Amino acid sequence: MITQATNYRRRKLVDYGMRGLTIGATVLALIPLVLILSYVVFRGAGALNIAFFTQAYEPPVVGLDGEVGNAGGVLHGIIGSLIIVGIALIMALPIGILAGVFLAEYPSNSVATVVRFCTDVLSAAPSIVIGVAAYVLIVQRTHQFSALAGSVALAVLMVPVITRTTEEILKLVPHTMREAAMALGAPKWWQTLTVVLPTAMSGIMTGVLLAFARATGETAPLLLTVLGNNNVSVKLLEPMAALPLLTYKYTDTPFPAQNTLAWGTALVLTLLVLTVNLSVRWATRSRTK
Amino acid sequence: MNTQTIESQQVTLQKLTPFYGATQAVQPVDVVIRPRSVTAIIGPSGCGKSTVLRCLNRMHEVVPNARVEGTVLLGEHNIYGSGIEPQAVRRRIGMVFQQPNPLRMLSIFENVAIGLRLEGYARNIIDERVEQSLRAAALWDEVKDKLNHSGLALSGGQQQRLCIARAIALQPEVLLLDEPCSALDPVSTYKIEELLIELKQNYTIVIVTHNMQQAARIADRTLVFMVERTQGRPIGVLVEEDDTNKIFTAPRDPRTEDYISGRVG
Ligand SMILES: Nc1ncnc2c1ncn2[C@@H]1O[C@H](COP(=O)(O)OP(=O)(O)OP(=O)(O)O)[C@@H](O)[C@H]1O
Ligand SMILES: [Mg+2]
Repeated sequence: MITQATNYRRRKLVDYGMRGLTIGATVLALIPLVLILSYVVFRGAGALNIAFFTQAYEPPVVGLDGEVGNAGGVLHGIIGSLIIVGIALIMALPIGILAGVFLAEYPSNSVATVVRFCTDVLSAAPSIVIGVAAYVLIVQRTHQFSALAGSVALAVLMVPVITRTTEEILKLVPHTMREAAMALGAPKWWQTLTVVLPTAMSGIMTGVLLAFARATGETAPLLLTVLGNNNVSVKLLEPMAALPLLTYKYTDTPFPAQNTLAWGTALVLTLLVLTVNLSVRWATRSRTK
Repeated sequence: MNTQTIESQQVTLQKLTPFYGATQAVQPVDVVIRPRSVTAIIGPSGCGKSTVLRCLNRMHEVVPNARVEGTVLLGEHNIYGSGIEPQAVRRRIGMVFQQPNPLRMLSIFENVAIGLRLEGYARNIIDERVEQSLRAAALWDEVKDKLNHSGLALSGGQQQRLCIARAIALQPEVLLLDEPCSALDPVSTYKIEELLIELKQNYTIVIVTHNMQQAARIADRTLVFMVERTQGRPIGVLVEEDDTNKIFTAPRDPRTEDYISGRVG
C-alpha cells in the first residue's frame, strides 16, 4: 500500500512552510541592503562629474543666492584611502595569513591558544579603541598625525579577521590532500605552500576582502590618526585625506553642495570596495579548467 | 617504462608492532616481502591491514599519538633507524590511497610533476618523466590532450591511475597500495591490475585488498590478517603467509579457510 496520505501531505506542507520561511528571511535581510544601496546611488550619482574625480577640496564660494558655486572634488580622499588601506593591507596580509597557517597547522600548543584568544578579543574590540591606542602610542609619541599611523590602526583591525578566516579555511582542506603530499616525501613547509594554501586560496581571499572592505569603510580610527587633509598628499608621515573622513565631514556642513559631495563619496567608497572585490576574485580565479 | 636504474628492494618486517596511543593495534609482525613481486594483504575489516601498510613508509606516525615498535628493513637499512628522515623513506616507498586523491587546483600534468619539482629536476626531465609515468599508468592516451585540465575532471578510475602515475614518477623502490580499486568499476580495476602486473617487473608491490579474486589474480604472495580478542580488545594478527595459490587452495590455518570460503564461496 502506498497510502498514508495524511502523513505525506503534512511533510509537504512542512516543506513548503520551511522554504517560505527561508525565502522570507532572505528577502527581509536584503530589503535594508537594497534600500541603502539604491539611496546611496540615487543621492550620490548626481555628485559624480569630472571635477569630483579630478579636484581636491575647494573653499566654498557662496553666491548671492546663498548657494555654493564651487564644490570641488574628492581626489585627495580617493588617493588617501588607497594609500592608507593599501599600506595597511601590505602590513596585515603576511602577518594575518602566517598566523592563520600557524594556528591551523600547529593547533594544539600553548602559544596557539594564546594567539587564538588574542585574535578573538582583538576582532571584537570596537575600532575606536584601536584608534585611541594608535593615537596614544604613535601620534602622541611622534607629535604628528600621519597616514602611517592610520595604516597601522587599520592593519590591527584587519589582522584578526584574516587570521581567523585563514585558520578556519585551512582546517577545511581535506586530510587526504595533506596525506597525498606527505606520501611523496614532502616536508611540511612544502606541503603547506604548494598543496594546502593553493587549495584554500579562494577561501582565504574571501577573508582578506572582508577585512579590506571593513578597513576601507572605517572612520573612527582614522579621525584620531590621519586627521584629514584638504589637499592631495602622498606623504606618509603627514596628515592625509580619506574617503570615510570626507563623508563624515561633508555630511555635517551647512552647504547642500557639500552634502551632495558626501553622498558621492559614499558611492565611490562602495564602488571602490566592489571593484577591488571583483578584480581580486577575477585575478585569483581557478586557472585549471 | 625504461626503469633501468630502479633497484627493487626486499622489505623485511621484524617484530613490527603498531600502536594507537596506548592501544596496540596489531600483534608483532615478522614477514619478508620479496622484491619484484606483488604481495597481497587480505583480512576482515579492522584487522590492521591499512595500519601495517602505513607502517611501511612511516605514514603511520602521522596519526596523532600513533607510534611503532620493531623494525622495517628496506634492503638492509632500518627505515625506523635513528637519524632516518621519514620524508626520505616516503620518497623511496610510494603510496596510493583507497580514495583517489589528486591534488586540487593542480592540473593533470602538475599532479604528476609535483614530486619531481620537489626533487628539483630540470624541466625537460620532468616533461619526459611525466609522460613516462602516465604511459606506465595506462593513462597517457586518455589525458594527453588535456594535460592542463584539473585532475578532478577525470573519472574515479582515471584519478586513481593518475595517483599511481604520481607515485611512480618518483621511481620509488617499493609501491604500497591501500585498496586502490575499491571505488572503481571492473574495467578500471582490470586496467589497474594489468598495470600492477606490468610494474612488478621493476617494483616491490604491496597491495591491500578486500577482493579475494583480485588477490588471486595478481599476487604472488599473500598475507592473511585476522582480528583476535585479548581481554575484550580487538587486535590484528598475521595468521598466515604463503604463496597465493597455496593460500587459496590449501590454507594451513582454519580461520583463513573460513574467511576465504565465506567470501569466495
Ligand atoms: N586513527 C586511529 N586511531 C585509533 N585507532 C585506529 C585508528 N585507525 C585505525 N584504528 C584501529 O586500528 C585497527 C586496525 O585498523 P585498520 O584501519 O588498519 O583496519 P583495516 O584492516 O585497514 O580495515 P578496513 O578493511 O576496514 O580498511 C582498528 O581496530 C581500528 O579501530
Ligand atoms: Mg583499511
